[in-house]
Amino acid sequence: MIHAGLRELSQALRARKISSVELTRQFLERIQRLNPAVNAFITLDAERSLEQARTADQLLTAGTQHPLAGIPLAHKDIFCTKGWPTTCASRMLSGFIAPYDAHVIEQLQSRGAVVLGKTNMDEFAMGSSSETSYFGPVRNPWDLVAVPGGSSGGSAAAVAARMAPAATGTDTGGSIRQPAAMCGICGLKPTYGVVSRFGMIAFASSLDQGGPMARSAEDLALLLDAMAGFDARDSTSLERPREEYGRDLDRPLSGLRIGLPAEYFTAGLNADVAHAVEAAIQVYRNLGCSVVEVSLPNTRLSVPAYYVLAPAEASSNLARYDGVRYGYRATGYADLGDMYMKTRAEGFGWEVKRRILLGTYVLSHGYYDAYYLKAQKIRRLIGRDFAQAFERCDLIMGPVSPTVAFDVGAKSGDPVQMYLSDIYTIGVNLAGLPGMSIPCGFGAGGRPVGLQVIGNYFQEARMLNAAHQYQRATDWHLRAPAGLD
Amino acid sequence: MSLSLDDVKRIALLARIAIDEQEEQQVLGELRSIFGLIEEMQAVDTAGVEPMSHAQDVVQRLRPDNVTEGDQRQLYQSIAPQVEDGLYLVPRVIE
Repeated sequence: MIHAGLRELSQALRARKISSVELTRQFLERIQRLNPAVNAFITLDAERSLEQARTADQLLTAGTQHPLAGIPLAHKDIFCTKGWPTTCASRMLSGFIAPYDAHVIEQLQSRGAVVLGKTNMDEFAMGSSSETSYFGPVRNPWDLVAVPGGSSGGSAAAVAARMAPAATGTDTGGSIRQPAAMCGICGLKPTYGVVSRFGMIAFASSLDQGGPMARSAEDLALLLDAMAGFDARDSTSLERPREEYGRDLDRPLSGLRIGLPAEYFTAGLNADVAHAVEAAIQVYRNLGCSVVEVSLPNTRLSVPAYYVLAPAEASSNLARYDGVRYGYRATGYADLGDMYMKTRAEGFGWEVKRRILLGTYVLSHGYYDAYYLKAQKIRRLIGRDFAQAFERCDLIMGPVSPTVAFDVGAKSGDPVQMYLSDIYTIGVNLAGLPGMSIPCGFGAGGRPVGLQVIGNYFQEARMLNAAHQYQRATDWHLRAPAGLD
Repeated sequence: MSLSLDDVKRIALLARIAIDEQEEQQVLGELRSIFGLIEEMQAVDTAGVEPMSHAQDVVQRLRPDNVTEGDQRQLYQSIAPQVEDGLYLVPRVIE
């Protein structure tokens, strides 16, 4: 059952061919065997998972029709999960037991989904490689010397290694799409405001968005149906009618206009990634789509604008970690000020500290206009670029990352190089658009390549339609890493 | 722009993060190289461009003034580093 998609699992569960307890046990056993090498999970609590699975089995016996009932799901450790340690992969929150559930967790649990465990990530979601975790780096199941991408690297690795049928992730600058690409799975970042941020530990609030990670577009649609929805507890949650995201999966693609941004196919893109992406575009041509070149002229500026806005918001959001109400507190200190200084020095890792300091600087007296305001204006220009491009096409496609997964340690000493690798994903967050990654082949070293699909606002169903049709014509999404068993 | 060591000391204090001398040097070097990237923004003419903070032009929602949260003091204090008699304990600030 570990290779089955969510629909197949759901049918088996509802037909009572397998119980949720049995299914959950299968995945837990696999995690126990594979996790020491991959380090995808931070927290497991088999008893708690199995108790939820027993409750789900009662729902299933009573005839629940919900497709997620009894399905075990892995959650990025950024989502508060009542009664579970929720650490954001930081020493600052080691030992923090969430006193309530994130909206996303509530939504999934109310439909009978089971919490399989909490997944590893970059500390406070700050990173593109899942190496900044206090609990050690995550490894890529396709090649254990490679990173899985980040920050949702534990979720991506767990799904790729078949340790979980699907998972949740969050995406501030590419943190769902880039690890999905590097691990050969699917991931979708919805339009900003579609999924509630309540209980999702804040990094950069104007950019953060939760979304599903799974093996197919069809599975993403099922998960997004449950995760999306208005929530008054998130002031940026959008009040919109409920959608069925899988409604257009079977729609033919003839006539679909695909835009390829010239700026996404320049010298910075590695040839192996370009080759796989171009082959995917050819599949779309064969499916009856037309392809036009579009321009996103401010793409290059998205990285600097992002590395002003995100650290600025982070420096404000992470001010709450003071060692008083929850989380880590330093052991020896002279007075209150010293307690704050030492708690934050010992509780945060280097990447987090650097971003807080950067954010503090750009918001400090005399620099606000030159950096924060300037970056917000460039954000507007980037939003306009996308609006103009969408006048000429229905979906934008391109690479997710300029390279396949790099080796652990290869970029961790050079923040600028690491930041530049986010160039194709960040614009989507700045504009607030939906974006996804689907597997489209393999590059150097047999490491996976992802195709990025970007839609206009609220076009998730169309994106999933395009992804599903591609997955009917190809089998990249069915490939699994060998050599793990 | 050229970030100085004094700037680094100042922002570390503002951010309430203790860093030693060696770390100050490391922060200085790393932030300088990141600012090399950030300064690319300054070449762009943004005169007359409205700053953007949210993709959708939404207005702040208001809610009726009803009590929606019950008392969860015990639950919330159960995860605090140090509490006594329902109070959060911190080092003495008033002698």
